[in-house]
Amino acid sequence: MSRTVTVLEAGLLTTVQDAGRPGRAALGVGRSGACDRAAHRLANRLVGNPEDAAVLEVTFGGLVLRADHDVLVATAGARCPGGTAHHAPVWLRAGEALRLGTPDAGLRTYVAVRGGVAVEPVLGSRSTDVLAGIGPAPLSPGDVLPVGGCPTSGAPGVDVAPVPDPASGDVAVRVLPGPRRDWFTDDAWALLTGRPYAVNQDSNRVGVRLDGEPLQRARDGELPSEGMVRGALQVPPAGTPVLFLADHPVTGGYPVIGYVVDQDVDRCAQLRPGQRVRFTWLRGGAGAPAGG
Amino acid sequence: MRVLPSGTTSLLLELDGLDAVLALYAALSDEPPPGVLDLVPAARTLLVVADPAATTLADLEAALRRVTPRPDAARAGDLVEIPVTYDGDDLDDVARTLGCDVPDVVRRHTAAEWTVAFCGFAPGFGYLTQAGGHWDVPRRPSPRTRVPAGSVALAGAFSGVYPRESPGGWQLVGRTDVPVFDLDREPPALLRPGTRVRFVEVGP
Repeated sequence: MSRTVTVLEAGLLTTVQDAGRPGRAALGVGRSGACDRAAHRLANRLVGNPEDAAVLEVTFGGLVLRADHDVLVATAGARCPGGTAHHAPVWLRAGEALRLGTPDAGLRTYVAVRGGVAVEPVLGSRSTDVLAGIGPAPLSPGDVLPVGGCPTSGAPGVDVAPVPDPASGDVAVRVLPGPRRDWFTDDAWALLTGRPYAVNQDSNRVGVRLDGEPLQRARDGELPSEGMVRGALQVPPAGTPVLFLADHPVTGGYPVIGYVVDQDVDRCAQLRPGQRVRFTWLRGGAGAPAGG
Repeated sequence: MRVLPSGTTSLLLELDGLDAVLALYAALSDEPPPGVLDLVPAARTLLVVADPAATTLADLEAALRRVTPRPDAARAGDLVEIPVTYDGDDLDDVARTLGCDVPDVVRRHTAAEWTVAFCGFAPGFGYLTQAGGHWDVPRRPSPRTRVPAGSVALAGAFSGVYPRESPGGWQLVGRTDVPVFDLDREPPALLRPGTRVRFVEVGP
């Protein structure tokens, strides 16, 4: 008999996420996948899963997950009160529940179950793309989730992974000029890289909407839609940027003034409404590190 | 070809126009350089997304500069016929904009082949262009909150088929029963960059 876990409470938004579905952007299908990729990989490593196995992405806590059979679980990302398995693998015995309270810092918590969440993949991935409406529906109380067969590798012998929690104050991330930097004034670039921007509450898996100084254009006109990846800072006519996350549209028709360095996008996925982010200019873009 | 910075995991190639984009896309999708994770063709750009574990942007750029575009392959995509009932709510407006009557709009829409230039907006939504089509249709002043799946529409120089019900600002000229995006099909999108399309009028 296959093993399962049951969702008793789903909180604000809990979805299944893995490494996403790259390779289909030319068909209008975005990559999607975990918003905080580093936390997703860590949660999987802690229970001995392949790094790209499917996990639960919990937004702002509130998940109650019951083990229907003995399962090894671990969480990473935003630390939730009551979550005993944070950065440390813990056995949930059949009938026991993992209860995640509201995190004090950070936004998204990743719950890995040894064997992986084995819902049916859609186009090669188990990720929910909230913009495209592809993948499993967001989880609801009563959902029973199959758990995959145990990986052949043993569970790692760690007790607690020494990883810092998401920051609760201002967050600084590195930014590079984007493809349409020249559509904006030098003052706009100085503002973007000099003043903090606050996270608007209308943020989601598609992107982080930012409040702050509007960025002035150096030229008028419409941009034909063009492709983008996560980390893009796109500037709609109102002038305040949107920082795109995992479920960003494949193409966009507003100019991208800059890009957050790929590794730093993970920390942006942990920003909460009201929190401030500072974009520091990483000079010498050509020698910039590749993403992870 | 202009290579524009596009973050630490991709390069945005700016080209002379749609034909150049399709020719380069045809060459790259046929034989992608090592480490290419995704290609996103658009009206005059091609985004090349790299797997940072497999290549550096510098190596990728060097490889991209060595690629020979394939205009021949770009013109030889599959041909798909799409039966259309031309009873869209915006047909009269489109005819007025183009300074002709409704039968003329239908004639022009069905007369010559269209080609999928690129996809975007939604999974499986192809932007189709018609060589010598001279379409110039503004979007609706305010978008509809619900456009039915299968709606055949026009905007700018493009035509498209809505893969599923969604909001939309394009002018609706007709509808088709052909599913343009089907998760149970591989590939799921019927209209892929380079696919040739002929619209065929059918009765209501």
